[in-house]
Amino acid sequence: MKWLSDDRLDHLRELAVEPDFSATQYQLGGELARGGMGTVYLAEDTKLNRQVAIKVLNPPDVTTDLRERMIREAQIIARLEHPGIVPVHDVGTLPDGRVFYAMKYVRGRRLDEYAAETESIRDRLRKFQSACDAVAFAHAHGVIHRDLKPQNIMIGSFGEVLVLDWGVAKILRQHEPASEADTLRLPREGAAPFPTGSLSDAVTTEGTIIGTRHYMSPEQARGEVDRLDERSDVYSLGAVLCFLLTNESPNTTRPRVINPKVSKAAEAICLKAMSPEMDARYATAVELSRDVGKLLDEEPVSAYRENVFEKTGRWAAKNRFLILLVLAYLVMRIFFIFTSRS
Amino acid sequence: MMDPDTDIGGAQHRFPVTNQSAIVRARSVDESVRQRAFETILASYWKPVYKYVRLKWQASNEDAKDLTQGFFANAFEKNHFANYDASKASFQTFLRTCLDGFVANERKAGKRLKRGGEQEHLQLDFVSAAAEFGHHAAASDLTPEDYFHREWVRWMFTLCVEALRRRCEEIDHNVHFQLFEQYDLSDNGNVSYASLADQFGLDQRTVTNYLAAVRRDFRRIVLDKLHEITATEAEFRNEARSLLGVEVK
Repeated sequence: MKWLSDDRLDHLRELAVEPDFSATQYQLGGELARGGMGTVYLAEDTKLNRQVAIKVLNPPDVTTDLRERMIREAQIIARLEHPGIVPVHDVGTLPDGRVFYAMKYVRGRRLDEYAAETESIRDRLRKFQSACDAVAFAHAHGVIHRDLKPQNIMIGSFGEVLVLDWGVAKILRQHEPASEADTLRLPREGAAPFPTGSLSDAVTTEGTIIGTRHYMSPEQARGEVDRLDERSDVYSLGAVLCFLLTNESPNTTRPRVINPKVSKAAEAICLKAMSPEMDARYATAVELSRDVGKLLDEEPVSAYRENVFEKTGRWAAKNRFLILLVLAYLVMRIFFIFTSRS
Repeated sequence: MMDPDTDIGGAQHRFPVTNQSAIVRARSVDESVRQRAFETILASYWKPVYKYVRLKWQASNEDAKDLTQGFFANAFEKNHFANYDASKASFQTFLRTCLDGFVANERKAGKRLKRGGEQEHLQLDFVSAAAEFGHHAAASDLTPEDYFHREWVRWMFTLCVEALRRRCEEIDHNVHFQLFEQYDLSDNGNVSYASLADQFGLDQRTVTNYLAAVRRDFRRIVLDKLHEITATEAEFRNEARSLLGVEVK
């Protein structure tokens, strides 16, 4: 038997995990990212002459359970037609049984990378609000993400915000047009509803822990799969907000202790979204987004009750130009009064 | 993009038991089934065991040979592999722990196993194992445990390459295997698709097609081999990560 050098051994390991796309229209490029379930590659679609991102199930994970998960993920994303959700072009199976799906290749940065390069809290909050809107759209269609974190939010080259990695998403119910959905962009008419919740139930059993430490809700961390709903995503969004305000992964320390520049209202939004009790959180991502919007517009937020001084201060900050104009007017009047007397 | 910290799992992992696993078959009441399972385990682990004993226990060639044979014979006789519990550790770790216990006991008792006798039928190629141990010294920064793992990976791939060679012979794909051997197994960095096309009188596209086909077979063999030696899907995935280097970074 031939001796395999360490170099050849590493080569064979690479060969063994490399997906075989020879029977498809895709020509594989480099690896873009790797996660617990799948690996994302850059690829060339030779039929349409464009670059795509292809997510392929990791080779050891070729069990039926994970194959279903991947197909379900592709179906979920394909149905969620929203500018904040990456469109899926194609789904298929490789000769070795691995499922893959091709999606739009997004050029850009992850939210954590964006935050590292963006000082302005207001700019960060605007991106956060867009992410909330995409999540709210999914919620309105009965889908919860279950793994929201800065690494799963992408800022595209045109500044657009995209929520990625729906691999552990759960379908709560079939889509029913709800009043909340009226505030969001609805899917095209005639779009088929999602499959029923039974598929997700089959994939995730009670006691299974899905998510990312620091960003998962307490009920997720306890593996209470049946209790998860939109408010679990709200918790994760609150954790993302906390990260954007402090540059640190959320922990037990209050945001204002880590970053004293954080306003009390912003901290209150974070804490409300991240409340350990589900009932104490924002009921929907729309409500959270609305409060962040108010914060940006320097209006009172639902999560924080201001005292009279704070109200005055906020009003003054919001109307500083008006105040400056009035002051300038008064100064000029006084000046004219004095000059006319003299 | 995806973050590796995402965890899927928890207290209620439920995966089906793989029917063809040698570890599962090692628990069979049917001795002939157990015997075949034992042969599979022996074939998959004897060489890393031999090398590990030489490195960690500083055993001479003769002692390491005796200890390797003795360890497997003893494990089979007492059906040790049936005690393996996948929820506690990987089979690799379990086997290494059993091995350490066995060697420590042998050393403590001052015994030296007699070669030959009932263990002679194992017919292991210790000559090549000793040569490899002599010629390819373990890197100084490797712990004996890491060395055992590395040598297990090497041995597994060696077995898979052999299985691939046999398969290519069976289906008359000898040229495919020769291409694979020269392009993927050789340390010669000057081999290219063009040079292989020249050498074998094929066009370059055929070379790449043949290589793609043989690599596809190779992948299947690697996964089959892993299934053969792991007891549960969870363990299969762990061992596959370990063997293929698909680590959650």
